[in-house]
Amino acid sequence: MPKAKFELLETTCVPLPLENVDTDQIIPARFLSATTKEGFGENLFRDWRYDKSGKKNPDFNLNNPKYSGKVLVAGKNFGCGSSREHAVWAITDYGFRAVVSSFFADIFKNNALNNGLLPIVVPDKFLGDLLELIQKKPETRIKIDLDKQLLTITSTGESIKFEINLFKKECLLKGLDDIDYLLGIKDLIAAFEIKKNALR
Amino acid sequence: MTPKTLFDKIWDEHVVSHIEGGPDVLYIDRHFIHEVTSPQAFNGLKERGIPVLRPGNTVATADHNIPTLNQDLPIREKLSRIQVARLAENCKYYGIDYFGLNHPKNGIVHVVGPELGYTLPGMTIVCGDSHTATHGAFGTIAFGIGTSEVEMVLATQCILQPKPKKMKITVNGNLPGGVTSKDIILYVISQLSTGGATGYFVEYCGSAIEQLSMEARMTVCNMSIEMGARGGLIAPDEITFEYLRQIPSIPGIPDPEKSIARWKTLKSDPDAVFDLELMIDASKITPMITFGTNPGMGMAVDGTIPFPDSKESAASFNKSLDYMGFKSGMKIIGQPIDYIFLGSCTNGRIEDLRAFTQMVQGRKKAHNVTALIVPGSKKVEQQAINEGLVKILNAAGFELRQPGCSSCLAMNEDKIPAGKYAVSTSNRNFEGRQGPGARTLLASPLTAAAAAITGKISDPREFII
Repeated sequence: MPKAKFELLETTCVPLPLENVDTDQIIPARFLSATTKEGFGENLFRDWRYDKSGKKNPDFNLNNPKYSGKVLVAGKNFGCGSSREHAVWAITDYGFRAVVSSFFADIFKNNALNNGLLPIVVPDKFLGDLLELIQKKPETRIKIDLDKQLLTITSTGESIKFEINLFKKECLLKGLDDIDYLLGIKDLIAAFEIKKNALR
Repeated sequence: MTPKTLFDKIWDEHVVSHIEGGPDVLYIDRHFIHEVTSPQAFNGLKERGIPVLRPGNTVATADHNIPTLNQDLPIREKLSRIQVARLAENCKYYGIDYFGLNHPKNGIVHVVGPELGYTLPGMTIVCGDSHTATHGAFGTIAFGIGTSEVEMVLATQCILQPKPKKMKITVNGNLPGGVTSKDIILYVISQLSTGGATGYFVEYCGSAIEQLSMEARMTVCNMSIEMGARGGLIAPDEITFEYLRQIPSIPGIPDPEKSIARWKTLKSDPDAVFDLELMIDASKITPMITFGTNPGMGMAVDGTIPFPDSKESAASFNKSLDYMGFKSGMKIIGQPIDYIFLGSCTNGRIEDLRAFTQMVQGRKKAHNVTALIVPGSKKVEQQAINEGLVKILNAAGFELRQPGCSSCLAMNEDKIPAGKYAVSTSNRNFEGRQGPGARTLLASPLTAAAAAITGKISDPREFII
């Protein structure tokens, strides 16, 4: 089934200068009882965004009116822990299209790519500088060109190339879906099964 | 021929095709599903109007979202009840074996799979749960996947996966008394940090690993994900084969001895090259406990909380200690605790219950402690009754609950209240993991038992004669 294509993106960013943000923080387990993919955004970072009484925590950057935009910039090892894809659904439902960090947990990265959320890996130094810049100047805009694999800070012109595997890049640019790809090689899978069973 | 690691051998044997500049199409032998990460995948199949390709290769159990008391009654929480019912409906519709509540084969997916013989050497195994790494103890490539990938496996028995790098962790020597396989893995994670093995698949080896029982090996492999590893495996050996011989009937394997002859060849070649190697001396490992909010923040139970190792990490590190109510430079041994949790896919097996019971036998639970003792499966529950463990536990002031994931992720009622300290044998000490505001201290079943009888963080070695 066709998915939304990843177009050029130019936006301000929300900084989350914390390391090892785990998927239990992104979406706590008590919100995982749903049977559809919709509506997780309202509980994104629930226990950091709201206090016990349900009041917004003014110190958390998602609640800070200074910050807005379609890209979340977070410390290293973002998305570690549980495999819950609900974490990605919460981030996209909230309105983010990409997350920038110096590295991502493996399962989170796969989940993100399978949902059109672009995980962008940048060097530690670049990440540190970007986080500092956004906090100093929240109006800072970045441009993401997936085709050229470039992240550019609009005000300074500083640009950095990011890696993404070619297959996933094509999927995101064209809005293709992994399952469609796999269904398209059904015969190859059937032949593999025959060969495998014969070896038993 | 180029020497290969065990991981390479199993992976390469399961590659259907390689996509240029992209991932491999990997064939999956065994797929486990549970109620939380599967409903959206089944919805996807329905939207596409396609069947499950190999219903016999998938096995389902309800574990994450279920109560651990009064399982014969309907689940009280509405969304949980709907989610579990949805799994039952989906399994019935697509012809998948399902072990629901009260089924004699019900239990935590990573406890049930191995004990029923669904987990076999040389397999590729996936599940929408990061602790799928557990099954690596049998010499399998087992790893957690997201729900989109669950849908891929249901639809095509394959997933698209980039091949990870390989890491070898060798643990040689003898473990001191009172030190368990949980302490080995907490020690390893504390050395590598919570993200230190990201991008890798680990092979655990060395004399200390070879001496471990299958239950203990599962505890080690289970927590591979807690250092970021895609998974972790251990080459099968006589201990593995003996465990498998004890299973009354292995699904799909009419003659286990014939299969065992084949499984004996599953090992890394002597000259196989790993991308990273780590050597650990088992005799130096002590009972471990975590002091922070990720599993990498661990230390010896009688140790001192360290200071952050860099300016960049200080904000996260200090936020974590604030949450726990601790400070760098302090010791936490002797710290009063409120709860202990024995259970989960990490330490909810019969050996864990035996170890805990042995330590509390003839002693009494401390008054200030609430204990949650949760077997990993119906089978473990039955064994605990048959072996007389429950009687001993009751005499010491403990009660055995019914199987499920329980307080490990607190999706059900088994929550630790805000601000309370819990010594927990589970796998994650993330903020709020055991309930909003709960403070989790990860440790072994022995350390949990010592805390349960003293009411404070204690060194289990003091209780071993």
